Amino acid sequence: MAAKMNTGQTAEIAGPKKANVVPNPDVAAKLISRAKRPLLVIGSESTAVKTKDGDLVDTAIRVMRNEKITVVATGHLVGEFRRRGVTKAYSMGIFVLGKHLSDPDWRGFDGLGSYDAVVFAGFPYYMEWLVESGLKNFSSLRTISLERSYQPNAEWSLGWMPEPDWKDTVDKIVSRLEEGK
Amino acid sequence: MANRNVKLKFDELSSTLGTFKGLEIQIGRIMDEEWEEPMGPTPMPSVSTLRSWDRKLLNRYKPFYMPFCDLCCLCTYGKCDLTGDKKGACGISMPAQQSRIVLLACCIGAATHAAHGRHMLNHLIQEFGKDTPLVAALNTNVEAPHVRLVCGIKPQTIGDLEEALDYVETQIVQLVAAAHTGQEGDNIDFESKAFHAGMLDHVALEVADLMQIATLGLPKGDPEAPLAELGYGTINPDKPVIMCIGHNVLPSVDIIDYLMDHDLFDQVEVGGLCCTAHDMSRYNKRSKIVGPISWQLKFIKSGIPDLIVVDEQCIRTDVMDQAKLIGVPVLATSEKSCLGLPDRTHDPAEAVVNDLISGRSPGALVTEPRKVGEIAVKTAMAVRKRRGEKKLVDLGDLKEIASKCRTCMECIRACPNTLPIMDAMTAAKEGDYGPLAELNDLCVGCGRCESACPADLPILTMITQASKDQLVNEKYPIRVGRGAIQDVEIREVGSPIVFGEIPGVVALVGCANYPAGGGDVAAIAEEFLKRRFIVVTSGCSAMNIAMTRDEEGQNLYEKYPGNFDAGGLVNVGSCVSNGHITGAAIKIANIFAKRPLRANYEEIADYIYNRVGAVGVAWGAMSQKAASIAAGCWRLGIPVVVGPHGSKYRRMLLGDQGKEEDWKVFNARDGQEVYVGPAPEHLFYAAETLEEAMVMIAKLAMRPNDTSKGRAVKLSHYIDLHKKHYGAMPDDLHLFVRRGQDVPFTMKDEIMKILEAKGWVEDRIASPDPTLLDRMVRRRE
Repeated sequence: MAAKMNTGQTAEIAGPKKANVVPNPDVAAKLISRAKRPLLVIGSESTAVKTKDGDLVDTAIRVMRNEKITVVATGHLVGEFRRRGVTKAYSMGIFVLGKHLSDPDWRGFDGLGSYDAVVFAGFPYYMEWLVESGLKNFSSLRTISLERSYQPNAEWSLGWMPEPDWKDTVDKIVSRLEEGK
Repeated sequence: MANRNVKLKFDELSSTLGTFKGLEIQIGRIMDEEWEEPMGPTPMPSVSTLRSWDRKLLNRYKPFYMPFCDLCCLCTYGKCDLTGDKKGACGISMPAQQSRIVLLACCIGAATHAAHGRHMLNHLIQEFGKDTPLVAALNTNVEAPHVRLVCGIKPQTIGDLEEALDYVETQIVQLVAAAHTGQEGDNIDFESKAFHAGMLDHVALEVADLMQIATLGLPKGDPEAPLAELGYGTINPDKPVIMCIGHNVLPSVDIIDYLMDHDLFDQVEVGGLCCTAHDMSRYNKRSKIVGPISWQLKFIKSGIPDLIVVDEQCIRTDVMDQAKLIGVPVLATSEKSCLGLPDRTHDPAEAVVNDLISGRSPGALVTEPRKVGEIAVKTAMAVRKRRGEKKLVDLGDLKEIASKCRTCMECIRACPNTLPIMDAMTAAKEGDYGPLAELNDLCVGCGRCESACPADLPILTMITQASKDQLVNEKYPIRVGRGAIQDVEIREVGSPIVFGEIPGVVALVGCANYPAGGGDVAAIAEEFLKRRFIVVTSGCSAMNIAMTRDEEGQNLYEKYPGNFDAGGLVNVGSCVSNGHITGAAIKIANIFAKRPLRANYEEIADYIYNRVGAVGVAWGAMSQKAASIAAGCWRLGIPVVVGPHGSKYRRMLLGDQGKEEDWKVFNARDGQEVYVGPAPEHLFYAAETLEEAMVMIAKLAMRPNDTSKGRAVKLSHYIDLHKKHYGAMPDDLHLFVRRGQDVPFTMKDEIMKILEAKGWVEDRIASPDPTLLDRMVRRRE
């Protein structure tokens, strides 16, 4: 995996504390599968991001087969899940979610407790950059970015890579999660 | 009204106390109590006077900070790493630092409007006299609602506005001082100060616009203000073209006057960009509006202008470089933006013109507005002649230029919207210019792509050239800014707004830093106009609303009336006209509800917050001015929705609908504290998508005071939009339906089923006479 710490936008550089680059799909899958309550946050650009499953919404739907992982769509993206016959995805504005995630008393969407690992994909670059900045500074959550560009404010981020490599990486991560690894 | 700096001198004065010789008495201010309304509790509030009100709001809408930078670099202890719970060398925490930056942004914004107002006031008093009556709206007694509310004075002449501006300036100094190293340390107090800056900003806005309306003959709240022309295609490049950019109309007024006086209007094109364009069209509809700020760089690079006149705010700081590239001079007209140019204010006009025409000087600084017209017109006419047929920039074969693209992606990484510029270049290499042309509507015109390109490709000009056929035909009508809302209009709509039967007032304001083009603003406007909201607009947003036509070729200004009523599209004007929008909310409290206005900020804000379903929307908010305008809305209890780029203001003010204790108010009828549900749910919200914004706008229009009929109307819009864009009913209806009558009749069965599943109980959410202020309780049980 040819990982580079290239930010998606030139000026959105890291602060003193910056994301670790995920070295390979296995590590990303383990970071997620070892969490007790992982949350996958899917952003509004997901329908424009092509993956081996079709697009990121299709990939998220595939992830939902692992019942341990909660999926939340931001913006109005949940409508797209519903159009594809999936009603299990939650919906929340990205910054309202960020605020909840930084509140240790939040009980999550199901009321069973907060999440311990939050995975992001499918966002306008700067919006994810900002919400991860909020979580970096005001929570102890593990945050993982699966974007094609390096997200410095996550705890773990895929590095920048060519599109085919990224598609392959995401597919492998999801496959590992399906295998329960 | 108040008289200031009064001096009395007596050569000899005999009194019962004795005889005084050479007595001189100086009085700072004499209040002339012509205004019968008694002074309210907070005249000219100082920085902390309204702190308790701010804290009530900020307790509900707790800031969620998203640091845009983890460091502080404001003093020489630094840089300090504030990540997480680290503190700076001065002791500052990350939340305090973020709110400190918010405060500074709001201070810059408020100072900019105040300085704009001060410049105009000094000039207009000099030209028209300080006793010029302040008549700024037809059928209106409550002129200057912000000045009355905040300052406790009733200005009747433009000279009276000085006192309000003095107050604003003094307070801004206090606020900026609070941001110094080792001053304020509490983030909520920083936030309160940002609110204060916002309140001051709206006073400054009002002062600035009222005086120009009163003196320059701009429309006085006229719903049928004339239509002007807007668009790239409105400018005839064959004529000499004067391009006026910025926000201060005074130099442009002199240009228009000179053209009129010398019968040259048919020979010279005068076009404006950004808010100066609005105010020029308000002054004379024959001036043209080229477009919003996003057009500035692209239009200059086209080579169409023969002279660029800049005044202040939102002008390209590299305008000298850009003008040099197309071989035209620049006339700077504001001390705030001297651009390194020699001050020629006191030189004879002919000498300045000769230097500009000959190219001996690339530009000139002329700070006296009444000297600009002659210089500008003569220069533009001569420069046009000199440029001849070679005026317009033609890059030639785009295919050949695109072939130099190294596909390094630097353009995409520099673009605020990550536009597929590289793909467009790749297509252009093959002679397909369609993808380049498609970028035109999406591009915010910042020019960062060109700056980043290692091959120095003229990307913006390539985009403009690829879409040239479309651009030359772009001509749209726009109703010129009408200014204030008339008292008589407020009387008509006060009741239906307060009781919720007009579902809300949506104010589409602000800059053009859109995530996907200005068409989104028109889409929001049309959605809410169809739903019979009142849609108010200003600035770049008002321009972008004009730039979308329906299938029959009509735009929204042609389809909807300009009156402040359900289904009205009200263009108030430029940035400084935004004060009229919040002013209308204040006037609803005063004129309709008869709440005392004079220096009575808390009560009026409390009224607006609990009763007036107004929502500000700044879809392309970019500037510090937009920040201070938003802050002025927050203090008045008006929620603001921004587009995705607005998240870079680095903090949101978000309510938590699940925390019932946050949503309690006093019932003014009996003093009981009751739960009213999360309405409005947020005070500052960045939406990720247009569709999310529309749903949120409808939701944020709900207020505790809504009647059942009003709440049912508002819920029907919220539900309808939610179903349309989210594909299902909202899952929080049980927090907004107070009783059965609140449920929209046509959806009753469906909604009641949902409410039952949520364990909803009728009247658990109260319908009180709502107030956050204990002192407003009339009787206690």
